[in-house]
Amino acid sequence: MSGNMNLTLKVWRQKSQNAQGAFETYEAKNISPDMSFLEMMDVVNEDLIKAGKEPIAFDHDCREGICGMCSMYINGRAHGPLKGVTTCQLHMRSFSSGETITIEPWRASAFPVLRDLVVDRTAFERIQQAGGYVSVNTGSVPDANAIPISKENADEAFLSAACIGCGACVAACKNSSAMLFVSAKVSQYALLPQGNVERKERVLKMVSQMDQEGFGNCSNTEACEAECPKEIKVTNIARMNREFLRAKLFS
Amino acid sequence: MTLNSNAPSGPLAEKWNNHKFNLKLVNPANKRKYDIIIVGTGLAGASAAASLAELGYNVKTFCVQDSPRRAHSIAAQGGINAAKNYRNDGDSVYRLFYDTLKGGDYRARESNVYRLAQVSVNIIDQCVAQGVPFAREYGGLLDNRSFGGAQVSRTFYAKGQTGQQLLLGAYSAMNRQIATGKIQSYTRHEMLDVVMVDGKARGIIARDLVTGQIERHSAHAVVLCTGGYGNVFYLTTYARGSNVTAIWRAHKKGAYFGNPCFTQMHPTCIPVSGDHQSKLTLMSASVRKDGRIWVPLKKGDNRKPEDIPEAERDYYLERIYPSFGNLVPRDIASRKAKEMCDQGRGVGASGLAVYLDFSDAINRLGESTVASRYGNLFDMYKQITGENPYKTPMRIYPAVHYTMGGLWVDYNLMTTIPGLYACGEANFSDHGANRLGASALMQGLADGYFVLPYTIGDYLAGEERKEVSIDSPEFVAAEKSVKDQLQKLLSINGNKTVHEFQRELGLIMWNHCGMARNENGLKEGIQKIKALRTEFWNNIKVPGVGEELNQNLERAGRVADFLELGELMMQDALQRNESCGGHFREEYQTPEGEALRDDDNYAYVAAWEYKGENQPSEMHKEKLEYEFIKRSQRSYK
Amino acid sequence: MNSAFKFLDTSIGRKVLMSLTGLFLCTFLIVHVSGNMQLFKNDYGLAFNQYSVFMTTFTPIKVVSYLLYLTIILHAISGFRLTMQNRAARKISYGATKDPRSSSWASKNMGILGTIILLFLVTHMANFWFKYKFGDVPYVQYMLDVNSGEVLGAPVGLTDSGHMKPHELMASDANGQPVKLVIVRDLYNVVKIAFQETWLVVLYLLGMIALAYHLVHGFQSSFQSLGIRHPSYASLIQGIGVWVFGILIPLLFAAMPVYFYFMKS
Repeated sequence: MSGNMNLTLKVWRQKSQNAQGAFETYEAKNISPDMSFLEMMDVVNEDLIKAGKEPIAFDHDCREGICGMCSMYINGRAHGPLKGVTTCQLHMRSFSSGETITIEPWRASAFPVLRDLVVDRTAFERIQQAGGYVSVNTGSVPDANAIPISKENADEAFLSAACIGCGACVAACKNSSAMLFVSAKVSQYALLPQGNVERKERVLKMVSQMDQEGFGNCSNTEACEAECPKEIKVTNIARMNREFLRAKLFS
Repeated sequence: MTLNSNAPSGPLAEKWNNHKFNLKLVNPANKRKYDIIIVGTGLAGASAAASLAELGYNVKTFCVQDSPRRAHSIAAQGGINAAKNYRNDGDSVYRLFYDTLKGGDYRARESNVYRLAQVSVNIIDQCVAQGVPFAREYGGLLDNRSFGGAQVSRTFYAKGQTGQQLLLGAYSAMNRQIATGKIQSYTRHEMLDVVMVDGKARGIIARDLVTGQIERHSAHAVVLCTGGYGNVFYLTTYARGSNVTAIWRAHKKGAYFGNPCFTQMHPTCIPVSGDHQSKLTLMSASVRKDGRIWVPLKKGDNRKPEDIPEAERDYYLERIYPSFGNLVPRDIASRKAKEMCDQGRGVGASGLAVYLDFSDAINRLGESTVASRYGNLFDMYKQITGENPYKTPMRIYPAVHYTMGGLWVDYNLMTTIPGLYACGEANFSDHGANRLGASALMQGLADGYFVLPYTIGDYLAGEERKEVSIDSPEFVAAEKSVKDQLQKLLSINGNKTVHEFQRELGLIMWNHCGMARNENGLKEGIQKIKALRTEFWNNIKVPGVGEELNQNLERAGRVADFLELGELMMQDALQRNESCGGHFREEYQTPEGEALRDDDNYAYVAAWEYKGENQPSEMHKEKLEYEFIKRSQRSYK
Repeated sequence: MNSAFKFLDTSIGRKVLMSLTGLFLCTFLIVHVSGNMQLFKNDYGLAFNQYSVFMTTFTPIKVVSYLLYLTIILHAISGFRLTMQNRAARKISYGATKDPRSSSWASKNMGILGTIILLFLVTHMANFWFKYKFGDVPYVQYMLDVNSGEVLGAPVGLTDSGHMKPHELMASDANGQPVKLVIVRDLYNVVKIAFQETWLVVLYLLGMIALAYHLVHGFQSSFQSLGIRHPSYASLIQGIGVWVFGILIPLLFAAMPVYFYFMKS
């Protein structure tokens, strides 16, 4: 078909967590600009299988930008060149024929590569297990409207809660810091009265777990906000710092 | 085996309360002696896991994603229904019950649906207490919106991401229990079989998707919350990983499959752009409020939509249904779009799309008003198609997005295998032949938070409180059969990829068991599937080995199951000689082309029993009794 | 005390330490630059030399200056540790990198900028502070009009037997008019001579450019680290960071070597 593109891909290949990885070069031929980036990868993988080679492993699931599973570092950017878009919603019309595209996994010591472009993000799980919840048992709760919450706070809590946990913030940060992710969680609960009771313990435990996981420190470069597909704001980080200081020093 | 729904008798409003009282209890000190496995961590699985762990049971959860939070419940947009009547607009438990049953075209159990409506109010309380940031009004109280199939505003929402927020709430409750050690969470793990000991579900065989190791896990009860099986159609709004494997393998171990042919199409999806498309994206049904749907009057009219004069356009929904127009229910809108395309009047490169035109709305309301209402959707459409819907009409086409069918369960959510439960979309229960908008989230959470925690105790109370051994011959045998199948898939080394088989199967399903079905088509489809299945087992090519992260191997196993399920769906569609909800048999329609239900002969749940490889499955009927409401025919003219 | 150490061992604690020490150093810069403005006075360096005496002998200032040295060391060590940790947090770097959309060059290079500033500081201290404290900066004598306080000509060098201290005394000039004599060490002259060296002037300019970038990011960043961020004053902090600490102060500092370089008496 006319208008279709030929591309060169430089893809990180790594057999397993402990194996040595390296870039390999592949040709992606006759790619329609209407394809999503992951569909282009599907095509390349089909060709690899047909040629008797191992296809490229990559994480993906919903393919509509909400599950947070996809995680490619494309041409030096987490989730590729567009702002506010996950890899699965990136389409090939954002590239031009003849281009070389470099595709890498998220790079962070806390996110070890499992295979090719698949990384282990369970560090995020452990951070949330450390305190990312309100301790209420099923059934033992008041009527939903018994707790009025200002629309402003509810809306802001929603914006923090919109994080999809993809890890792009860590990938984009020059220090591999997880501050944006953790602060979004802390903020959601800090903004709501439901979260108030455990406010102090929550921030202390979550930050402590974050530190144990080996993420870097925040240099306030704000790359995380710029690359976040859900455009979570760094004001969350300031809020978490505040919460942390309050918990450490004033209680 | 006769099917017993175990639905309690007595007055509708008292059934659940009486039943709860009659259920056996497990002493709090004894709960820690019972292990429960939960497979799938979407709304149903996560809420069940958290609630059961809170009660004191030892819970193990399994999910194929790298985090429980990524289950496809996360993608639900619109909202969740609850009979709170916060709007003072006449809502009640009874009205929600009635709307749901009617919306399902009277193919669900009265008792179940009433219970669903009853507990719906508790769900909202629970979620708010967990910190779910629902939309609120300026006074600080919860906001509601109205949704299809109802005349009251009972839908709670969090922008267009309600599923995400509810799942994160349930996931946070799960995390709390993981931290206490009451839940062990296994991520990147896939259940590949149910282990039966003495006729009861006693564990599962799972594959660690990173190392490829096959693991045995035992429990006193197993709960499947693995969602719907719509991906049998390949191109759907489901996540790529959504599959039937868990419930299908349970089905093969003896769990009956209820109403497999009941699938729902969503009419407003972005159409297929090319052969390599992997996914269809849904646009909220709200677009039909201001958009007008049309196709060219002439066949094969290749002009640009802007160049087709008004007189040569067919606004077919407005023509056929003058009173409801573009706002007819989902199943009808979907079916008519297909009809137009079948007549050769479809648009776009594939000819499988109709126009959704906002130009009238833009002229009437101005571009900025339209942008404020639908800006997000327009942006998303532009992102995917590269076209600007403010200038040129959108192209839409229906896509599969929910399956009402699933494992047959009784009132206690137990399948026909003792100790094996199914919750959420994985079971067949509450939506009948068609699900109303904003009810999927409600059902998933109702099952997990408020039904299963009561009913599972009734079963466990009768079970021995000793650990189930994973060294029994049954576990050994189950593990071996799983390993054998994986080995077989890897060793065939044929010429066709898993991807090709799944696409081919999807196409057969879509053409023969899609929006409109007929006897000949179904019979032909069954033959095609059989042939494809044979080819699959002779010509599949799965690269790599089993002891590694191998995404093709995972998918091959799932497609193998879809290839069996597809046939059963067609069998089910073939036996149901009526049209109801999402199931439309062309032979059974009114002279005006509407669905013709047959309550005298088909007011039953078809529960299918697996009889062995290449043996015809046996159908059992659970008769649906309507004690409390009167059935009527739907009309939207 | 133990809990204070624990606090400083958390990622946020370390950032708080960086921002508090950084902000303290910022206040020092204000004092330092205003004091050094005396260099521009047309008084043969008297005011500057007197200011130097004050800064090195007045006890509270001495205490603060030790605190200052400690702060510089803390800031540097802590910055070094942070950089090392940040490096360890990504052992394999990306093959392709593009500047992320909204992070400034400065914000990503604080470690390098800080190192340049540290190197600058060492040279700076060796050149002036060390010389003044331990070296042989000669004493000079200024003659002042008793009434107007005006400096009457260039100072005269004195021979120091090793026991000289800065002091003032009354005397009469050659015409028998009463004058005030001020005896101080002539740091001013040291400065003047030092900045005749082209390479040193260039080094100072580089140091100030590094300081400017360091502060443009550092000043506002320290407020973010302390959790002080609100739409209503974010732009004020940003403005002070850029205009005062990023432009005005480094520019004034840079003017000093340039001034002497081109003055060439």
